[in-house]
Amino acid sequence: MSKLTLQREGDTGVVITRRFAAPPADVFRAHTEPALLQQWCLGPDGWTMPACICDARPGGKIRYEWRNASGAGFHLTGEFIEVLAPHRIVHVERMHLPDPTPDNRVETTFTADGSGTLMVMRMALPDHATREAMLATGMADGMEVGYARLDRCWSK
Amino acid sequence: MHESPRLDATLAALVDPTRRAILARLAKGETTINELAAPFPISQPAISRHIRVLEQAGLIQRRVDGTRRPCRLTPGALDELDSYLAMLRKGMERSYERLDQLLARMPPGKDKP
Repeated sequence: MSKLTLQREGDTGVVITRRFAAPPADVFRAHTEPALLQQWCLGPDGWTMPACICDARPGGKIRYEWRNASGAGFHLTGEFIEVLAPHRIVHVERMHLPDPTPDNRVETTFTADGSGTLMVMRMALPDHATREAMLATGMADGMEVGYARLDRCWSK
Repeated sequence: MHESPRLDATLAALVDPTRRAILARLAKGETTINELAAPFPISQPAISRHIRVLEQAGLIQRRVDGTRRPCRLTPGALDELDSYLAMLRKGMERSYERLDQLLARMPPGKDKP
């Protein structure tokens, strides 16, 4: 499928898009059911997600824990704000490094696009300077903000 | 993969939003601590502590210019981070490739919850 795209929006936003060859209902499930998330939301080869909490309803908790073969790991926590299956999710998330990063508010939409789905993720960073700093250092790549926390132990 | 203490220091320095904002300001050019501190609602000693962390991580440098000690970004300091992030970007794309494969295996879905 298409490569993801990433661009600035407004003063503090970042928008990521990607297309998938499946209808919104399937893409939504893959983003909200732990057993499915644990199969794909793993980043580089060699990582697993041994624990996944994804309580996809308003106020529901998110907790993803990643590990690699040598035992390095990190985790993400968050809370759902809105969940409108299969088209829209709003949540906040933060990575733990172990110190938590500033909350990132993420609005994800899944829209039918022919026989597939267009995913649009809008991320709201805390302020303009943070967004620009992240872009300047290459860190604003949306989910990569998450992966950037991935591990200082990447190589250990 | 290799050990990378410098990358560790870089990431530790970047985890703080005030320090990222300082770097964003310095990306526009050299400036003094006074000028750097102006937009932030925190004390100048607090800014000086952030500057010290960034300096120790090798991300910024200070030089003497008469009575001024302006700061600037260290040229090339973020190169290692850039290559690390390129690797992470591949990681994100790898996740979505896995999702493509997972979606291809799922039974046909209905577009209703």
